[in-house]
Amino acid sequence: MTAGRGDSAAAGSHAAIHAWLLLLPALVLLAAFTHWPTVATFVDSFYSTPRGARPAVWVGAENYQAMAADPVFWKAVANNLWFAGATIPLSIGLALVMALWVNERIAGRAFLRMAYFTPTVLPMIAVANIWLFFYTPQYGLLEQFTGALGLPSHNWLGDQRTALACITVVAVWKEAGFFMIFYLAALQTLNPSLREAAAIEGASRWYFFRRVQWPLLMPTTLFVLVNAVINAFRMVDHVFVLTRGGPDNASTLLLYHLYEVGFKFWDTAYASALTVVLVVVLASVALFQFFVLDKRVHYK
Amino acid sequence: MKPPAQRLAWNEPNALDTLAAWLLAILWILPLAYAVWTAFHPSEYSTRFSLLAPLTLDNFRRAWQAAPFARYFLNTTLLVLMILAVQLVLATLAAYAFARYRFRGRNVAFALVLVQLMIMPDILLVENYRTMAQLGLVDTLVAIGLPYFASAFAIFLLRQTFMGIPKELDEAARVEGASALQTLWRVYVPLARPVYTAFALVSISFHWNNFLWPLIITNSVNARPLTVGLQVFSSPDQGVDWSVITAATLMTSAPLLVAFLLFQRQFVQSFMRAGIK
Repeated sequence: MTAGRGDSAAAGSHAAIHAWLLLLPALVLLAAFTHWPTVATFVDSFYSTPRGARPAVWVGAENYQAMAADPVFWKAVANNLWFAGATIPLSIGLALVMALWVNERIAGRAFLRMAYFTPTVLPMIAVANIWLFFYTPQYGLLEQFTGALGLPSHNWLGDQRTALACITVVAVWKEAGFFMIFYLAALQTLNPSLREAAAIEGASRWYFFRRVQWPLLMPTTLFVLVNAVINAFRMVDHVFVLTRGGPDNASTLLLYHLYEVGFKFWDTAYASALTVVLVVVLASVALFQFFVLDKRVHYK
Repeated sequence: MKPPAQRLAWNEPNALDTLAAWLLAILWILPLAYAVWTAFHPSEYSTRFSLLAPLTLDNFRRAWQAAPFARYFLNTTLLVLMILAVQLVLATLAAYAFARYRFRGRNVAFALVLVQLMIMPDILLVENYRTMAQLGLVDTLVAIGLPYFASAFAIFLLRQTFMGIPKELDEAARVEGASALQTLWRVYVPLARPVYTAFALVSISFHWNNFLWPLIITNSVNARPLTVGLQVFSSPDQGVDWSVITAATLMTSAPLLVAFLLFQRQFVQSFMRAGIK
């Protein structure tokens, strides 16, 4: 619509009213449950927690100072970084291998796809129950296996050295199949003539993957990577079932710590400060995606 | 989905690949297979494998009686359908505005929507809890759903789809005297049906599985969804045995699992479609 003056300007403002009316319900809800809480969280993180008759008072950076002095916070940061550092490459790597397999004519392809993807659709809280049984000392499946090999009994979830690794394994198991789907989709859009050309050239499979498939999968890898990073900071359901952050905070993640502070100790001010940290982490990942990785995608 | 006219035999997985792929698949399916075994056999067989072990449904019966699972199922079903219905309506309206209207502030409004892709409601627990408390909604199904009603993801997905629909169709409908909403309903919604299906599957599986927010905002049987109910039921201090817990676990996941097995292809494709921007 190329608008002149007069009539069409009136029509334009009419259209604008229509548009805003269409947007209104969604924008109101977004403002109430995303924008406002984000701002309020930030503001609250500079106030004390109201208790009983004592209202919240301005405490400046005190909550952040408390955070800096909180060993559990630092433990959660370290754990979360460890968790991210392990789940991200493992789940993406496995996803890629899975996708390369099931994209080809492999025996039992339908079953393989189903097997890899099934964990994705199951509730984490439910599958964590199953994994809990796996890890149970004495009679759990893992124990039976290691016992059959003559190894000593080990309390996988009760040992500070292995608890976080156990949680990581569950996360990788849950996510790899999900990421596989995106790789599979990307592989299927690759031009088949690339394959023919490579076949005529007599390129080895590894060479074809390294020089043709992998570079063309780069956008998918970046997309999956961003998702994996975000998930590494918001995936906690399995912690509730498997370890509750223990033993001695060995498997606490940031979001779990936030839950404990906010809803077990009801220290909402400190919880707000922790939320700010998480929001900053997630927002920077997303902004990195929008402005650095996705330059070609224009949100207009 | 367009399989090339003839697949080249070149570079296809060899026996070693096939073996490795199968080993990994068995490893991946093992937890579920194990849960199925345990749930359908008497508890003394939960760690002892014998082909002669008698099959039983007793674990399911005991789990069903030990906790108000019927209520949890009802809650989750209502919750998931409520969220999906509201999401679809709100996102359709918003996406149409973004795709077909030009107005001042459109880019700002769209940016405000996209903010939710970065800061998901799952993180803003404390403030959202406070809001629900002020609204007097704590421990209700509506409170579980409210933060998710306006889905930036759905708006984005539908806007992309609507923009791909030829403007001529829109104009033709207008010429015939259809209002904006009629055009939306008769032209855009039918053409975007596959995207609606894709989003529906993603939304249903997300909210069926969601745990942390429902855990915080519910505190009684009246509003608890399955995931939270299962967690309460299978806490270590409850003293229920493993066979019953696995039975409850399978019950909780069963609807999605069955739906997945029936509509596997659609499921996988919907995740693909939803993921690729």
